[in-house]
Amino acid sequence: MALFGLFLTWIDRKITARIQWRKGPPIYQPYADFLKLLIKEVTIPESSPKTLFILAPVLGLVAMPIVGMMLFSINFNPHSLFIGDLIVILYLFALPPLAVILGGSASRNPLSAVGASREMTLYFGYELPFLLAVLVSVIKAGSIRTGDIVLYQNSHSPCLYSLSGIIAFIIILFTIQAKLGYIPFDIPEAEQEIMAGPFLEYSGVLLAIFKLTKAMMLFLLPIFLITLFWGGINSLWAIPKFLLILVLIILLKNTNPRLRIDQALKFFWIILGILGIVAVILAFNQL
Amino acid sequence: MKDIRLLGLKKSPWVFHVAAASCNNCDIEILAALTPRFDVERFGILLVGSPRHADALLVTGVLNRKSLPRVLRVYEQTPKPCLVIGVGTCTCDCHMFSDSYNVVGPYDRHIPVDVYIPGCPPKPEAIIAGVVKALAKL
Repeated sequence: MALFGLFLTWIDRKITARIQWRKGPPIYQPYADFLKLLIKEVTIPESSPKTLFILAPVLGLVAMPIVGMMLFSINFNPHSLFIGDLIVILYLFALPPLAVILGGSASRNPLSAVGASREMTLYFGYELPFLLAVLVSVIKAGSIRTGDIVLYQNSHSPCLYSLSGIIAFIIILFTIQAKLGYIPFDIPEAEQEIMAGPFLEYSGVLLAIFKLTKAMMLFLLPIFLITLFWGGINSLWAIPKFLLILVLIILLKNTNPRLRIDQALKFFWIILGILGIVAVILAFNQL
Repeated sequence: MKDIRLLGLKKSPWVFHVAAASCNNCDIEILAALTPRFDVERFGILLVGSPRHADALLVTGVLNRKSLPRVLRVYEQTPKPCLVIGVGTCTCDCHMFSDSYNVVGPYDRHIPVDVYIPGCPPKPEAIIAGVVKALAKL
């Protein structure tokens, strides 16, 4: 999963390069970056709480393999997990932003603190429309067990092929962008204003762990989206679906300027929030 | 063993740009070298915003009494192993400022420099060639 996630970051960088009319990095680039970060010295700021500083990236990383395991076991054996596993997955997806906030605050660097506070604001922004959109497929399937949602989509039609499904799909596409910290919503780590934001003081292995978490999220979030809205990943048809979502994410990233934090919050709460409520109402009326 | 460990560093040098009181010509040329036209991402070179993430420091300008403590501090903040690449003639021999009361001499009197790229300013092609030579030294 980690290796594949890193491969996806290469696809991202390569497509970005081709859009900018250049050749782009070679295929081993993300692995070389990772290997290099492993041999680098780890620096810890003198005044920061050391345990928190070191454990914050690990907290984000441990969540991702668990999410991956749950998603795969749900997709290949829909009867396997328990009632309410969707809630567990949602909570685990909340851990990486929490890790970024903790790590950024533990860095004792003013720019990191700004980055951490922006990440927190952005998180509160996108979580509302995200949950509303997830609610759509829960209402359609009539169950909060992810396996039941997959079974419902296999017996009926995927949630995406309805009006409320399309709205929820678009909402989740935008929130994926924000969860990954990609360009319209890369406000927490805006390079031109606050350098690398929460990651500013991280180096070596700890930085590598943050990068790996992001790479695994790039792999798992589209799979989560397909599981909930596009009939699961139990056939080969999932591969073109996955690639389509990935390319959509990368194109969104490359064709948009960065929003300010207040603009992003307005976008998520007012535009996507209202769209989410509309989608939920439509889902209740079987649309 | 040493080669295997340094392979990653060789293939993905992230650069941090230290402008130590230069006249901005070299800085402009460095920025030009980072544009899509020259596409340094082919070699895995990325510009990073924090010395904590950097593997190579691109230093520009004449080292003087004001900029020396800052350069030393940035160098100490960079996790080792790291490269130091002096861009421009000023970094090599202080150029026409060598007799000034304020100048404290070339960089390698204070920090270890791996490669000097002469020129006032050096062309982007020269900067890329210099970085490649520094990497070949590893």
